[in-house]
Amino acid sequence: MSNKQGRGDTALTGTSIEKKATLNRRKFLGNTLKTACGAGLLGLGMGTYSRQVESTPAWVIRPPGALPEPDFSGACIRCGLCVRDCPYDMLRLAELGEPVSFGTPYFIARDKPCEMCEDIPCAAACPTNALSHELDVIEDARMGLAVLIDQEECIAFQGLRCEVCFNVCPVQGDAITIEMQHNRRSGKHAMFIPVVHSDACTGCGKCEKACILDEAAIKVLPMELAKGLVGEHYRFGWKQKKVAGRSLVTPDVEHQYNLPEGVTYDYNKGGLSLPPEVEADATPYSSNPLDSLKRLQEQENK
Amino acid sequence: MTVNTEKASIKEKKVPKQRAQAAGQQAIEKKGWLGAHKWLILRRISQLSILALFLAGPLWGVWIVKGNMASSLTLDILPLSDPYVMLQALMSGNLPTQAGLIGAIIVLAFYLLVGGRVYCSWMCPVNIVTDAAGWMRRKLGLKVSSHFARSTRYWLLGLTLILPPITGAIVWELFNPVSLMFRGIIFGMGWAWMVIIAIFLFDLFVSQRGWCGHLCPVGAFYSLLAAKSLLRVSAVNRDQCDDCNDCFVVCPEPKVIRPALKGAEQGLSPLIDEINCTNCGRCIDICDVNVFEFTKR
Repeated sequence: MSNKQGRGDTALTGTSIEKKATLNRRKFLGNTLKTACGAGLLGLGMGTYSRQVESTPAWVIRPPGALPEPDFSGACIRCGLCVRDCPYDMLRLAELGEPVSFGTPYFIARDKPCEMCEDIPCAAACPTNALSHELDVIEDARMGLAVLIDQEECIAFQGLRCEVCFNVCPVQGDAITIEMQHNRRSGKHAMFIPVVHSDACTGCGKCEKACILDEAAIKVLPMELAKGLVGEHYRFGWKQKKVAGRSLVTPDVEHQYNLPEGVTYDYNKGGLSLPPEVEADATPYSSNPLDSLKRLQEQENK
Repeated sequence: MTVNTEKASIKEKKVPKQRAQAAGQQAIEKKGWLGAHKWLILRRISQLSILALFLAGPLWGVWIVKGNMASSLTLDILPLSDPYVMLQALMSGNLPTQAGLIGAIIVLAFYLLVGGRVYCSWMCPVNIVTDAAGWMRRKLGLKVSSHFARSTRYWLLGLTLILPPITGAIVWELFNPVSLMFRGIIFGMGWAWMVIIAIFLFDLFVSQRGWCGHLCPVGAFYSLLAAKSLLRVSAVNRDQCDDCNDCFVVCPEPKVIRPALKGAEQGLSPLIDEINCTNCGRCIDICDVNVFEFTKR
């Protein structure tokens, strides 16, 4: 704020001092308002931008223990201590120009996934709890959730044996299991489908890294993108039954099959079974209906 | 931020172009080049060796210091945190860890002792850029400068502390050129060098000492720590002053000098008792009659 009072003020008369004072006051108020407006506008711009950058791209994965994004942006001071303490050097701080909140730590699963150190050195190094120190078992980390997102390309869905994602999973058997399904294309084979379970998946990204496709079919996504949530009012009968120890509605009636004597049918196991004496000389059924026709023809020819 | 205090009312002195370009000639003749740049050289050594300490790890695998100026760990034991950055995190509703808090208190105590803006002149890497712009401005004899209030920085400081509670984010650290430059050098620049060039050009062509002296809220924060600091520059030999004006030319905050240097008649102390003095010691270097000295308050 420039000030017109120089040396020699002392010679000024009373009235001119007053005049000068009001002029200065006016100038002071004007300048103050100007600066306040400028600061306000700047704040508006910076504030809205800061909210915008909270919507990080889905491929950005925060280190283990990271607070949810809105809290993270209020806690991370971008010091890079987590980056330095990662023994596998897979974390980086976002540089200016990257589509990630400037200076914050992240990793890309397809490049270098989290190795899930038992002592979680990255979170331990954080001076602000942006990576929560409350996380003390790495298996409890939820960096994201692996989703087998492209079932058209995943070769397991083509009936091929792969299971690489299952085999590299650090929480193998809990986070990813292999479920057998009927292969309808061949009619007689099984498909071994990897299935991710959100109660155990840490989002480390090893499966995404290991996926043998040119572009991974299994990807780690942010929790809020990957997860749905069933309405709280839903009650599933079978779950309620387990909790209560008995059926809460009229007990199930066991299904009756109308079958010839001695023949049984178990929906869950084995399907149709003939009496033991018939079973002994029965021809095994083929899944190919043509086989049955062929057999009939053979019998006729005889 | 009162404007009409006596100290503030004393205007920055206009120095003729030729004098400005020749500033320091007399000191060099009398004390030699090294003698006339002693504190400047020490400051550059300080700034560069801090950077080197942080770079030694990633470049040569010598891990003395980890992290950056926002928060660091020295020799795996000593935590140091920037109290201004920590305050922003606190304002957004986040409590630091114990190590983070201790680190901030240590740094706070240090600057309360030596003067807050020692941060600016002895640590901050942007200072090298703006000093270079100031030097070039003098050499080119550029006089054009947009004037805006030096108090703008305190408005910005207020803004950077109000935005966190409103947005819940540490907004300023998305923009802060100081942490941007330091972090950029250690962790990777990206496009951050553009910001550094912008600051250089701003200081050179748009506004004299525009960034450090008028806008930077980091400096504004640290200036608040200097009110009772022990280390101060004093115009102890002010009766020797031959009015060459060289100190005004090189000082990054020229208005802090006048009350101490020229206030003998008004009974003002020779101690530069202004929170915005950065203790850079350039006035000590540049004075050929050794008016200034570092003293204890």
